[in-house]
Amino acid sequence: MLKQFAKSFAMLLVMIVLTGIAYPLVITGLAQIIFPHQANGSLVYKGGQVVGSQLIGQNFNDPKYFQSRPSAAGKNGYDATASGGSNLGPTNKEFLNSVAERANNIRQQNGLSPNQAVPSDLVTASASGLDPDITPAGAMIQIPRIAKLRNLSAETVKNLVQRNTASPQLGIFGEPRVNVLQLNLDLDNLTK
Amino acid sequence: MRTMDIVQILLYVVILTVLAVPLGRYMAKVFSGEKTWTDPFFRPLEKLIYRLTGTEEQSEMGWKQYAGALLIFNFCGFIVLFLLQLLQKYLPLNPQGFGTVSPDLAFNTAASFITNTNWQAYSGESTMSYLVQMAGLTVQNFVSAATGIAVVVALTRGLARKSASTIGNFWVDITRSILWVLLPLSIIGALILTQQGVIQNFSTYLHLTTLDGGKQTLAMGPVASQEAIKMFGTNGGGFFNANSAHPFENPTPITNFLEMLFILLIPAALPFTFGRMVGNPKQGRVIFVTMLVLFLILVGVTYSSEIFGNPNVTALGISGPSAMEGKEVRFGVANSALFATVTTAASCGAVNAMHDSLTPLGGMVPMLQMMLGEVVFGGVGAGLYGMLIFVILTVFIVGLMVGRTPEYLGKKIESWEMKMATIAILVPAVTILVGSGLASITKAGTSSILNPGPHGLSEILYAFTSAAANNGSAFAGLNANTPFYNIALGIAILLGRFGIILPVLAIAGGMVKKKAVPEGPGTFQTTGLLFGSLLAGIVIIISALTFFPALALGPIVEHLMMIGK
Repeated sequence: MLKQFAKSFAMLLVMIVLTGIAYPLVITGLAQIIFPHQANGSLVYKGGQVVGSQLIGQNFNDPKYFQSRPSAAGKNGYDATASGGSNLGPTNKEFLNSVAERANNIRQQNGLSPNQAVPSDLVTASASGLDPDITPAGAMIQIPRIAKLRNLSAETVKNLVQRNTASPQLGIFGEPRVNVLQLNLDLDNLTK
Repeated sequence: MRTMDIVQILLYVVILTVLAVPLGRYMAKVFSGEKTWTDPFFRPLEKLIYRLTGTEEQSEMGWKQYAGALLIFNFCGFIVLFLLQLLQKYLPLNPQGFGTVSPDLAFNTAASFITNTNWQAYSGESTMSYLVQMAGLTVQNFVSAATGIAVVVALTRGLARKSASTIGNFWVDITRSILWVLLPLSIIGALILTQQGVIQNFSTYLHLTTLDGGKQTLAMGPVASQEAIKMFGTNGGGFFNANSAHPFENPTPITNFLEMLFILLIPAALPFTFGRMVGNPKQGRVIFVTMLVLFLILVGVTYSSEIFGNPNVTALGISGPSAMEGKEVRFGVANSALFATVTTAASCGAVNAMHDSLTPLGGMVPMLQMMLGEVVFGGVGAGLYGMLIFVILTVFIVGLMVGRTPEYLGKKIESWEMKMATIAILVPAVTILVGSGLASITKAGTSSILNPGPHGLSEILYAFTSAAANNGSAFAGLNANTPFYNIALGIAILLGRFGIILPVLAIAGGMVKKKAVPEGPGTFQTTGLLFGSLLAGIVIIISALTFFPALALGPIVEHLMMIGK
C-alpha cells in the first residue's frame, strides 16, 4: 500500500513537471516568439497608449460613439476581471423588463419611433459580458445619431460601418459582425 | 443565414468523422503496443518516465490491482490539488496576490478536476493563481482524461482477450495516453488557438484607459495551453469565468469550430480504436454510427428551439434572433446551439453561451444528454465505456426476449456483469434524483436559485446532473459557491465518476477470464442496423423512464409557459 502511494506520487510529480510546467512554458515561449501580438492580448493603441484589446468589448457611454451590447460583467459592465452573463432565464420577468427598458432607451437615444424594431443584440447581455462585436443591424440603427453628433454625413458613417463589418471567416464560419472598438477608433480618426 | 447554419453543422460532423477514423486506428496501435510513426519522439521520454517512477512496462495487472492503482493515483491528485489551493497565497506565480481558497471550495474543485468534471464554483480570473491553473488544474486535465482512456482500454482488453486474467498496466496506459495522444494534440491545438488570438503569457493584469475615458482591467494568463487540453480532454474548466464565451479563450468563429472539434475528436475516435482492438472493426463502427445518429437528432432539437427563440422578446418590438441573451455575436444562434450540444454530448462542460439563458427546450437537450450518461460520444474514455454498459444491457434484454444466453463478442454475459452494469446505471441516476430532491426541499438548496418558477428547479436539476455526469457545465445563475452545494456536488461528482469506473473495471475483470464461444447460427449479431437501433432505443428508454418526470416539471413546463403567453 505504502509502495503504491510512493509510486503514485512519483508519477504525479513527473506529470506535474511535464504537463503542468514544461508544457505551458514551452507553449508560452513559442507563442511569444511566433504570435507575440495575439499572445499578449491583441492590444489596440492610440497615440502610443493602450486603449483596449481588439477582442474585449468596452463601455461607450458617450453618445458620440457606437455603443456596445449590454454587459453583465461586473457592476458597470465590461469588467474584464469579472466575465460572465446575466444567467437570466427566458421566462424571467426581470429579464423581459430589462429588455423592454433597454429597447426604449435605444429608441429614445436614436430618435426612433416607439414601435420601431430594435436589433436583439443591442438589448441582450452577451455570454462573456465582454462581447467586442455588435451585428451590422445593431450598428446601422445607430448611424443617424452618430452622424448628427459628429457633423458627418450618414453616408460617410455608413461606409465606415461597412468597412468594419467582418464577414463569416473563410466565407463559412460564424456571423457577420462589427467590432465596436475598431469602428469607434476609425470614427475618431475620421473627425480628428 | 439558415442555410449557412446547416452547412456549418454538417461540415462539423463530416470533418469530425474524417479525423476520427485515422485517430482511432492510431490509438489502437498505441494501446496494443504496436509501432507508430511517432515512436521516435515519445519512446525515449516514455522509458525515462518508467525509470523515474519504477514502472515495469511488461508487468500486467488484474482488474482489482488496476482499480487500486487508479484510485490511489486519483487520491494523490486530489490531495495535491487540494493543498495547492489552500497554499496558493504562499506560492509563486500569483501576480494578483489571490488569497487562500476556502476549504469547501477547494474540496469541490479538487473533486471536480480529478474526475474530469471541471465543475467550477469559482471565477478563474478572480480566484486562482497562474500556478494553480497550470500545475494544479492543467495537470488534472491531462491525467483525468488519461484515466478515462485507460479505463476504456482496459475494458476493451477485457472483452478482447480470452481465458486471460490481466487487463493491462494502469501506469503504462496513462503514460501512453498522455505522451502519444493528449500532449501532442494539445501542443498543436494551443498554437493554432494562439494564432487566432487566445492569450498565452504570465503578465500581471493590464490596467488601461478605454477610448471614451473609462477604466478597464484585462485579466491575463497562460490561457492557450490550458484551453487546448480543456477541449481535447473533455474537461471543460475555463481559465476565465465565462469559459469559452470569453474572447481570450475563444476569440473567433474558427477557434469556436476548432474547439468543438477538439471536444469530440478523441471520443469519436475511440469506437474505431475499440473495433480494431477487439479484432472486428464493424463492432466499433456500429457504436460510432449509433452515437452519430443520436447526436444529429439532439443537435436538431437544440438548434430548432434556439432558432424558434423567445416569443416574449419578439413581442417587445425586437428584431433579429430573439434568443440572444447569453450568446456572443460572433457565434450567433447556430454555433451556440451546436456548441451546447457538443459540450454536453461529451462530458466537456465548456460553454460558449450561458446555458441558463437558453430557451427551455434548448436547455433541456444538454440536460438530457448528461442524463443519458453522456454516451453520445461522451467524455474521453468515459463515453465509450458508458456506451458499452448499454451494449451489455441491450444484449441482455435481447437475450431475454428470444430466450438465449446473452453473448457479446463471443462471451457469455452472466450475473456478475449484469450486476455491475446495473450499478453503473443506477449510481448516477440515484445521485441526480436524490441530490436534486434534497436541494429542492431545503433552504440551503433553494436559497441559491436565481430564476423563479420551473426554471429554478431546472437550475438545481442541471447542477446535480452535471456533477453526477462529470460534465461541469451549469445553469450558472445558481449560486453554487456555498458550503451546501460545494460539498453536495463534490460528493455527487465522486459518486458519478468512481461509481461507474469501478463496476466497469469489474466487468473487464469478469469478461477477461471467459472462454470465447464460437459463433453459431443462433448468435445475435451485435453489428448492423438492427443492433444499432436497439442500442439507441435502450439508451433513450432507460433515461426517459428515469428522468422524464423531473424534466416535465422543469424545462417542459417552462416551455409551455413561454409559448402560452
